[in-house]
Amino acid sequence: MQWLSTNWTDILKYFGVTVEMSILAGLIALVVGTILAAMRVGPVPLGRVVGGLYIRLVRNTPLLVVMLIFAFGLPELNFRPSLPLASWFGSESHYELIYFNFFWTSATIALGLYTASFVCEAIRSGINAVPLGQAEAARAIGMTFAQSLRLVVLPQAFRVVVPPLASTYIAMVKNTSVAFGVGVAEAAFEMHKLSNDFSSQVLPIFIVFAVGYMILVAIVSAVSSLIERKLAVS
Amino acid sequence: MADATVLYDAPGPATIRRQRVYSAIFLVVVAAVLVWIVLKLEDAGEFDSRVWNGLTRSNVISALQDGLLATFKAAVISIVLAVVLGFMLAVGRLSDHRWIRLPFWAVIEFLRAVPVLLMMLLVLKLTGGHDIDPDTRGLIAVVVGLTLYNGSVLAEVFRAGVQAVPKGQVEAAYAIGLRKNQVMTVVLLPQAVRFMLPAIISQCVVALKDTSLGYIVLYPETVRQGKLIAQFLQNNLMVFVVIAVLFIIMNNLLSELASWLERRLSRRGRASKAAAAVEEVLPAG
Repeated sequence: MQWLSTNWTDILKYFGVTVEMSILAGLIALVVGTILAAMRVGPVPLGRVVGGLYIRLVRNTPLLVVMLIFAFGLPELNFRPSLPLASWFGSESHYELIYFNFFWTSATIALGLYTASFVCEAIRSGINAVPLGQAEAARAIGMTFAQSLRLVVLPQAFRVVVPPLASTYIAMVKNTSVAFGVGVAEAAFEMHKLSNDFSSQVLPIFIVFAVGYMILVAIVSAVSSLIERKLAVS
Repeated sequence: MADATVLYDAPGPATIRRQRVYSAIFLVVVAAVLVWIVLKLEDAGEFDSRVWNGLTRSNVISALQDGLLATFKAAVISIVLAVVLGFMLAVGRLSDHRWIRLPFWAVIEFLRAVPVLLMMLLVLKLTGGHDIDPDTRGLIAVVVGLTLYNGSVLAEVFRAGVQAVPKGQVEAAYAIGLRKNQVMTVVLLPQAVRFMLPAIISQCVVALKDTSLGYIVLYPETVRQGKLIAQFLQNNLMVFVVIAVLFIIMNNLLSELASWLERRLSRRGRASKAAAAVEEVLPAG
């Protein structure tokens, strides 16, 4: 187990990258997914078509292909977004504290836009789960589409949406590992590197990283059940 | 759209006019974005004949065919094995004995929580140094990874499917003197399969998409072949867009199959409700 004692700061650092990717991609997915869901249930026909098309295209493309398009395809159009990546763990020097990384940024945007299609479907199913009478009552007292959505339907939909949304975010945390394929140094990368360096310890290394991901998944579940309890009616 | 029409009134003449204006503005924005993208693509030489003639060259086409075949091979083997594994895990998980149920629960939860890629990387390392050629090693890594992950997901699908069969069925079966395994094979499974089919096909879409992770473990499937073609044609964007379109077509066909099955089921209200309940155990994404 010598590999663990000498490398645990690195392991934490690369899991830190995984966490940062998850948070940023999760925010992108939430914003884009909510907009898409509003488009899909909204009264503007073209919005419904565009929203539906986005879901149909993005859901059926492998995440790795989306990431490859962002990381290797879009630079051909001189589209190279680069966001600061903070490295909180195990950094000995100041240089590591914050650096701009194109691959990290493009993989995160790709992950966020991919997950947005699943967030949209979760929210839409939540809206559809709100009893029809609620929307009817809101309409009957003269609320507009935006009002009835904002004041009556969405607050109730969010309650139903929490479990499928948590499932989406758990899948997203696991999907950050795909970014290894476009050259992002995150937890899966570190596992690969360690199992190359200590080839007799492949199984224990795998178990340590598996447990790391399980902890992240458990955190998402814990947060979701906390929110669920907060939103629960009596 | 019948499901959400309550959110807004049937539009009157004024609203229709207003919505036309919204639609028009939206259309202009969408069209502008599309035109901008096309100009940008043209600018970067993405429509060059070098790229598009290159894509129709026979060696490129046959490389793509090899990749698609490898993708299908990995997907079909994994799904068949995953169904078998999922069935075995589900039987253990549904056991009446706590000491059998608990370890199966732990295994299923472990496999569901670990990224597929990690399992593939593990298998890739474990098969190293055994004088196996790299393509076979990649195939083994992809198939083992996908089988373990999808097997654990399907185990939960099977469990939910069996539990969706009305309790009276089991009670009636026991009442006429059937044994435990007869209840399972004669009464529960034939009914549960109907509820599970749409969920299983949805999971096939996920498995087909996840074969693309073979790219990382150097299995020459569609995306890996796409990368080779991209290097050969010195163009990434259009090649990967073509790869994406191939996956979209394949997965849409599978999704059509799933929704056709669901429509068939929905003629019997109870069955479709049960099928919807079973699909809820699928992880999203």
